[in-house]
Amino acid sequence: MSKLYTGAKIVFKCLEDQEVEYIFGYPGGAVLPIYDELKNHQSIKHILVRHEQGAGHAAEGYARSSGKPGVVLVTSGPGATNVVTALTDAYMDSVPLVCISGQVPTHLIGTDAFQECDTTGITRPCTKHNWLVKDIKDLSKVMHEAFKVATTGRPGPVLVDIPKDIQFAKVNYTKFKKEKKINGKSHNKFSQNEINQLIDLISKSKKPVVYTGGGVINSGPEASETLKEFVRLIGFPITSTLQGLGAFPGDDDQFIGMLGMHGTYEANNAMHDCDLLINIGARFDDRITGKIDEFSPKSKKVHIDIDPSSINKIIKVDLAIVGDVNEVIKSVIKTINKKQNGLKDSNNQRISKWWEQIQKWRTKDSLGFINSDKEIKPQYAVKRLYELTKNQDTFITTEVGQHQMWAAQHYKFNKPNRWMTSGGLGTMGYGLPAAVGVQIAHPNKLVIDIAGEASVLMTMQEMSTAVQYNLPIKIFILNNQYMGMVRQWQELLHEKNYSESYTEALPDFVKLAEAYGCKGVKADNPNELDDKIQEMINYKGPVIFDCHVDPNENCFPMIPSGKPHNQMILGPNDKKENKITGKGKSLV
Amino acid sequence: MSSPKSAYSIPTKIGKLDTHIFVVWVDNEAGVLARVVGLFSGRGYNIESLAVAEVDATKNISRITIVTTGTPQVIDQIKLQLKKLVPVHKVADFKREDKKVIFKEMALLKIVAQKKKIEKCLKECKKFNPVILDKTNKSIVVQITALRREIDKMSKKLKPYGLTSTSRTGAIAMTRGAEIFK
Repeated sequence: MSKLYTGAKIVFKCLEDQEVEYIFGYPGGAVLPIYDELKNHQSIKHILVRHEQGAGHAAEGYARSSGKPGVVLVTSGPGATNVVTALTDAYMDSVPLVCISGQVPTHLIGTDAFQECDTTGITRPCTKHNWLVKDIKDLSKVMHEAFKVATTGRPGPVLVDIPKDIQFAKVNYTKFKKEKKINGKSHNKFSQNEINQLIDLISKSKKPVVYTGGGVINSGPEASETLKEFVRLIGFPITSTLQGLGAFPGDDDQFIGMLGMHGTYEANNAMHDCDLLINIGARFDDRITGKIDEFSPKSKKVHIDIDPSSINKIIKVDLAIVGDVNEVIKSVIKTINKKQNGLKDSNNQRISKWWEQIQKWRTKDSLGFINSDKEIKPQYAVKRLYELTKNQDTFITTEVGQHQMWAAQHYKFNKPNRWMTSGGLGTMGYGLPAAVGVQIAHPNKLVIDIAGEASVLMTMQEMSTAVQYNLPIKIFILNNQYMGMVRQWQELLHEKNYSESYTEALPDFVKLAEAYGCKGVKADNPNELDDKIQEMINYKGPVIFDCHVDPNENCFPMIPSGKPHNQMILGPNDKKENKITGKGKSLV
Repeated sequence: MSSPKSAYSIPTKIGKLDTHIFVVWVDNEAGVLARVVGLFSGRGYNIESLAVAEVDATKNISRITIVTTGTPQVIDQIKLQLKKLVPVHKVADFKREDKKVIFKEMALLKIVAQKKKIEKCLKECKKFNPVILDKTNKSIVVQITALRREIDKMSKKLKPYGLTSTSRTGAIAMTRGAEIFK
């Protein structure tokens, strides 16, 4: 007869079988049995956060930088509701998370017991799936199923709600056998015929563009290598969404920058004028498409995605290939190499005029800005940060707002999994806890959160976590005292009525850093910026860097409200038409 | 400039709306109906009627029949989104006009009236397989099976004859012939 295990022990057995190394969590009444069991499992380290939202974002940072699922452990009631933002964030950005929450004992469910909430009800729309475990016999099956659902197909968060009496109850544990074929609800059902059609389109196009997204990153590091090979083979220009940055080297000549609302002039114009659009692992988000009716009007559209429901959701496509990005591109490369050896040369000839056009657009230098020797321009700060960190393998997280866009525009990523930002949900306060998670996964790498002063204050308490675990994260705050993106919209849309977007009584970030027991650095002069950044990098411990920047700087280029890709506002050199009036206001 | 300006896309002209019947085979487990219905409300789809019951007790399978309207694009999305739900086994979708599929709804009608009127009622119901489930001097409860519109019509028609209460199921569907949907 095999030994009986408690529910709490089974939770850890499952985590061990799934090779989990870290869990991010916060204890409370309804998960105490699980916390009690923690000491018996040396291979699993618990990271104590300061707020459950921080646990969720830290797990996201861990997952996105390592490719492994992030695990969160929270208590019932407020513990679970606090993690909802992070679950929704992970759902929108397809990040694999497994959240384990405690629940009041089964006999108290539905009685409005202390710290009870309908956790599975609340998290149903923001998880891929969730389970309330009412029978101890189901626990191990559910736990393993949870990992499977989170990591297969289009990844995403799942939640397992375990009542306290189930954590105490005892049952046999049958050893988990890892399935070889992990196909869950993923669909790798593309046919050779579809691949041939794609190659046919490729070999006829005169103005092609490849548009890649987070799906390439989610497909694993190998997918980025395959993508590089594919794009070099066909010689097409490539643009990327916010989430896809790093899948293709940002400093490569074929890369024409990020696209979308704050994308480059050349990328957006290429999207608009192209005759072939190859979407690889992106989802035609509304920040990308702009006005739907005028989105890339002349192009044949191809969409490669693992999630069938992403196809034709927003933009109708001419050819849909459902499958894992890496598998699809590999099979395209294989077919090209087998059949059409001259494709590269013929492509180069056919699209040479298109490249000339792109070079013309490039000369606009749409990411340009007017620098100053008195004030630090935020773009300049990001550029210097890039120059001073590009010699080492650096991981960047961000909060949400202007600084996020500047980071995306001016920091060049050459490898996948180095860029963690909240794109879909746009969660202010994401970057600091995410940096904690990234540093956990990569203890010897440089991890920087490019932050805004407003965002970072939302989860500032996680500095305490960073100090506790000796995580040398660098919080690089572009401090303009405004909620910058809100201020920018108010300037452009609401006649400069800066309603509630200025933060008075900001803390002294240097003193705040010291209060947390880490280092504070402040810079407000462009001449001292390099030295200060160097000081931050050299310091072996967490740093809060308070970089005072020009408070009135706007983020350009920008596709203004309701305009198609080819009608962008460029920086200060292009002042025409950057005022938005009329009906658009109500729709923003 | 007259064109509307927005960072969010502007609602384009809504295409022709079709009525479709979805049949969804799901694991009969706690919360499964909430998942399906929550998907509809969360994504702004529309539910005209809903019928659900367990159909296979050994395999624990329930069959959910949902009548909905939407543009072809929305109908497509509904199907794909339903298929993504973990407890969903398979999804069938039929146009209401589809001749190969039988749709039926059932209704219970309570008529409180004098004998004469009750008899008239029963006459009206004749086409729809009426079954008398309860009868008193002053009242009758009758069961009919028909299409949605027919029941709509009937309840309008019978109002003057003393129809006081109507209870009806959502539509259920079954394909004709020997084929089974896989």
